[in-house]
Amino acid sequence: MGSNMAEAHPVGFQWVMEAKARGARVIHVDPRFTRTSAHADQHVTLRVGTDIAFLGGVINYILSNELDFREYVRAYTNAPFLLSERYRDTEDLDGLFSGYDPHTASYDPSSWAYESVRAEERSGCREKEQTDPFRHGAAGPAVEGTAAEIASDPELRHPRCVYQVLKRHYARYTPEMVERICGVPREQFLDVCRAWTANSGRERTAALVYSVGWTQHSVGAQYIRAGAIVQLLLGNIGRPGGGIYALRGHASIQGSTDIPTLFNLLPGYLPMPDTTHEDLAGYVEAIGPRHTKGYWRNADAYTVSLLKEYFGDAATAENDYCFDYLPRINGDHGTYRTVMDMVEGKVSGYFVLGQNPAVGSAHGKLQRLGMANLDWVVVRDLTMIESATFWKDAPEIETGEIATERCRTEVFFFPAASHVEKSGTFTQTQRMLQWRDQAVEPPGDCRSELWFFYHLGRRLKERLAGSADERDRPVLDLAWDYRMEGDEPDGADVLRHINGIDLRTGRTVNGYSDLKADGSTACGCWIYSGVYADEVNQSRRRKSRFEQGPYEAEWGWTWPLNRRVLYNRASADPEGRPWSERKALVWWDEEKGEWTGHDIPDFELTKPPHYRPPEGAEGPEGLGGDDAFIMMTDGKAWLFAPSGLADGPLPTHYEPHESPVRNLLYGQQGSPVRKVYGRPDNPSNPAPPEAHHEVFPYVFTASRLTEHHTAGGMSRQLPYLAELQPELTVEVSPELAALRGLVHLDWAHVVTSRAAVDARVMVTDRLAPLRIDGRTVHQVWMPYHWGHTGLVSGDVVNDLIGVVADPNVLIQESKVLTCDIRPGRRPRGPALLEYLQGYRDRAGITPRTGTRIMTAGDDDPGPPHMEPGQDPDQDPAPPEGSP
Amino acid sequence: MGVRRWLDAWPVYRQLTGTDPLGRGRAARSARSAGLVPRTDEADRVADSVCPFCAVGCAQRVYVKDGRVTQIEGNPDSPVSRGRLCPKGSASKQLVTGPQRELKVRYRPPYGTEWQDLDLDTAMDMVVDRVLDAREKGWQETDRDGRRLRRTMGIASLGGATLDNEENYLIKKLFTALGALQVENQARI
Repeated sequence: MGSNMAEAHPVGFQWVMEAKARGARVIHVDPRFTRTSAHADQHVTLRVGTDIAFLGGVINYILSNELDFREYVRAYTNAPFLLSERYRDTEDLDGLFSGYDPHTASYDPSSWAYESVRAEERSGCREKEQTDPFRHGAAGPAVEGTAAEIASDPELRHPRCVYQVLKRHYARYTPEMVERICGVPREQFLDVCRAWTANSGRERTAALVYSVGWTQHSVGAQYIRAGAIVQLLLGNIGRPGGGIYALRGHASIQGSTDIPTLFNLLPGYLPMPDTTHEDLAGYVEAIGPRHTKGYWRNADAYTVSLLKEYFGDAATAENDYCFDYLPRINGDHGTYRTVMDMVEGKVSGYFVLGQNPAVGSAHGKLQRLGMANLDWVVVRDLTMIESATFWKDAPEIETGEIATERCRTEVFFFPAASHVEKSGTFTQTQRMLQWRDQAVEPPGDCRSELWFFYHLGRRLKERLAGSADERDRPVLDLAWDYRMEGDEPDGADVLRHINGIDLRTGRTVNGYSDLKADGSTACGCWIYSGVYADEVNQSRRRKSRFEQGPYEAEWGWTWPLNRRVLYNRASADPEGRPWSERKALVWWDEEKGEWTGHDIPDFELTKPPHYRPPEGAEGPEGLGGDDAFIMMTDGKAWLFAPSGLADGPLPTHYEPHESPVRNLLYGQQGSPVRKVYGRPDNPSNPAPPEAHHEVFPYVFTASRLTEHHTAGGMSRQLPYLAELQPELTVEVSPELAALRGLVHLDWAHVVTSRAAVDARVMVTDRLAPLRIDGRTVHQVWMPYHWGHTGLVSGDVVNDLIGVVADPNVLIQESKVLTCDIRPGRRPRGPALLEYLQGYRDRAGITPRTGTRIMTAGDDDPGPPHMEPGQDPDQDPAPPEGSP
Repeated sequence: MGVRRWLDAWPVYRQLTGTDPLGRGRAARSARSAGLVPRTDEADRVADSVCPFCAVGCAQRVYVKDGRVTQIEGNPDSPVSRGRLCPKGSASKQLVTGPQRELKVRYRPPYGTEWQDLDLDTAMDMVVDRVLDAREKGWQETDRDGRRLRRTMGIASLGGATLDNEENYLIKKLFTALGALQVENQARI
């Protein structure tokens, strides 16, 4: 679901075909018929943006027919735990959970806690971005006590136990409702339910695959949660042939999340400190509090080791290991926020590193206008990309919105070394690090990022040497002495430091359990600890698949600790025996007194299944022998998330921010906590209950082709690929073509309140009109790889998209919006601006459109959620952090 | 030349009598093609690599002769890809050797209408100046309630998903020390 694996990850798709050849049934649930659908046993077309309704229907089917894998659910999930009496469900509040504040459009999650857990009372809601997910990192906030201390009903009958709450929450997600919301015929939907449940359980497992078709939504995190709930109910997590596969789209996008170039994280999913973390102790307590179970309890060791790697000898117990050197976040500092700040002149300089936001980010025009209002930008890439040339050839030059002679931005273009001209690791989509050996030297001025940032840091240190300014201490104290090969830092030595070093012996540590909180170890990323175990670069291993077993443990290295299947303790029953011989993965060997199997056990090796922690035990020692989910604070997989999410403990169907349809399940139309940015340069198309949504009557979605790569910087310039996919197209159904007078291969243009883009028409049955609650809804699809440079060029499809985001992760909702489509080419130059204004006028669009986001019940809906200073009826806010 | 050799030189005869009835292998061979060898055979060395496009992580073998990349192929040993590459991975030799590569630092001054040349060393020093200036302009010591921020909002960065882990590590480490926290990449998109 939400993935076109055959075209976007073609070489990975060979394994789906392999499974199919061995008898697996392949189902593709996706709005468009693609080559993935062509290879599947069944393709189900659904309306874009309704996957939670579909999955909620599957959950309802499982629970109302009692088809869950009951022993698994009882042992390994939080299904038996009782919730607080204060919890109110969306069923009670017309689509809202308890704790909602319409004025901040955020939740106080304290009423979502387990019964025996003392809920921390909070005085009102804080800023949306200071709520839990941003404070606690991946661990999520703690639930107090161990599993044994949480009130529970092993029979799953108590009305407040998670199992029953889940049942009630999804009771109205019936096959009929799925049909009305998603446009999936009832029988087709039931077919999927039957296949999914029949292929799960003790003897069988089913795998779920998704891609950015699931993440790029205002409720993206909840899409994934919904998939996780289905897979947990069916016992498909931690078992061979099961799992949830997130197919990621860039060579090391997994790596750049683990070792994050992301504002809210430090390496290994430690949260970036915020203004409430006053010192190291407070920070550590927020991540891995006392009295909780699991490996996050050791967050002190991970954090101190990171600070020792960052600041070396300067980091001591006396100075809190330089914790104070870390800058503090206090809100949304995501890339879209930053771009809006560029437009407002608040940002001076910008580094763009192997990414092309002028084409690849949502709302391309905002990106380009932002870059045109900087002091300087540094672009590092293999080729000249749109993000480097906006000052002379952006679409805004033609409309007069950017004038070269008046554009003040100073631009530095640094040519980058290619993947064969440097050595280092990529982390692929299954968490596997694979080392690349350097093949040749980079030509000309081309340099690696390792070279660029190492020397930038070295020069900065030289420039600041002798400074007495306290502000310069972190740079001056920064440990920056990696082994060099000529003037290039040795990537292997950087990887060694990421792995971690025992500072007493100078040798690499063998894993994160070796890390200490006393300053005696340094480690750049605790989850990567072990990649350089025994002073060997484990990621460089290349033992042929012909010479090793099915889990190929000696090819590359997978975090954590080379375990290939996460939480694989769940592949055995609570007593440690495989659920079935067919599905054996790891199991308890009573004779040897340790866990063993085909994969490396994701569990303490010698902890027996019957182990029960002594009273007061915490951290890893607090985990029982059957607490398979070792990273969770209660040792259990969360069907219901008592905390950690900004938008509710259970996935709930909300309509997308832009939708032609009213929410059929609740008065609450869209996510009540979605992040909107109400401002004149980021207009929204109206959605019910707002008027005039019929001006943009069609559902729009975009995705990839096999032959191009994201923003095109690595593909539109290559003759082979440019020839294979030479032109931007828009796919429409024959019915929509007839309705709008669109002719196959002729020009058409797609319009939103932000932009109009030209494309050749592709009339195809791959897109089918859907019957949604008694009326026809058409969907339109485009690939998004084009821009104005390269061997093949075209309009930027991302210009159509506005910025509205998931409140948990601040990822934009770019997979679903509304649009109009017209035959012929769009107007050009200043006439284009008038044309778009005409659309906005007809639709009654103002900066407030789409920002009054609470629509549930009859209560005060609260204010529109406008950007500070962008609403004519409000006073401008004082600037943040003014001295 | 005997009759047998004369006949053998005739492709149709070989096709009709040999093991290649479709004429797509040995039967179609000429004296010239018999002498051809794949350029992978002539490589001085082969480097183990990984495809730079999507995140499947297909293994590549990079063939090098005289310091230049002559071919990039899938590595059959890989349990991930079993030697296969998609159209993009198959085109990666063009990616690294094609004329679209920029090889020189380029510079556009404020209000400039054309690119200019700039020496790499000078460019690095200019970036150092600008980083310190932007850091100063956007510096925030505390928030409105006097709580410590110790950061600059003057510098932003975008990118990392196409780069190595080691590179991401240094990027985050250096920016964090500078107090720059608007550091983002494709994972947010």
